[in-house]
Amino acid sequence: MLTIPRDLYDKIVAHARADHPDEACGVLAGPAGRDRPERFIPMTNAARSPTFYEFDSTEQFQVWKEMDDRDEEPVVIYHSHTATEAYPSRTDISYANEPGAHYVLVSTRDADQAEFRSYRILDGQVTEEPVTVE
Amino acid sequence: MAIEVRIPTILRTYTDGAKQVEGTGSTLGELLADLDSKHGGLRDRLVDDGGLRRFVNVYLNDEDVRFLAGLDTPVKDGDTVTVLPAVAGGAS
Repeated sequence: MLTIPRDLYDKIVAHARADHPDEACGVLAGPAGRDRPERFIPMTNAARSPTFYEFDSTEQFQVWKEMDDRDEEPVVIYHSHTATEAYPSRTDISYANEPGAHYVLVSTRDADQAEFRSYRILDGQVTEEPVTVE
Repeated sequence: MAIEVRIPTILRTYTDGAKQVEGTGSTLGELLADLDSKHGGLRDRLVDDGGLRRFVNVYLNDEDVRFLAGLDTPVKDGDTVTVLPAVAGGAS
């Protein structure tokens, strides 16, 4: 189950819409061990592609270092699909390397209605989970 | 001579759960070989036939070693090497 504050949900969707048709990506950081996303961190998609995303490596280092300094962890790793459904692809599954994170997929394939879904990805297994917006 | 190496969550199975280990070497390549002798299998997750694996980021202090000299990057006592799996994916 992913519990996410309304303003962070809205920020993720807005980011995905703003970067459409390229995939958008980012992180929600939260206090270590609490499973509560609190801080919105949009990331540059270094691939700048409509079908692929990759965090810029230097930016990722800075963000991960800052989270470590603040005793936070990446609670949510999000990205968007711009023409397909909000479901993890084979690529998404093979590169899911943060076992504790909720992987959020947003689809911007429809101009009016964004799809927002969340998953756990562990050892190559995808499990969808309910999303509670509070 | 000790170099601190920070290990991401996903690779801590190789280090008995440790988030930080120490190693020696005068280049990154030597350091990884040294780590592998203590934590067998770790090097294979970072290096393949072509050098450093494409979707693994290795940093010497604050810099991505791809912008330095890759596996030939000199390292010294007091340096910190950080490993972070790349965050990537996409519809394709």
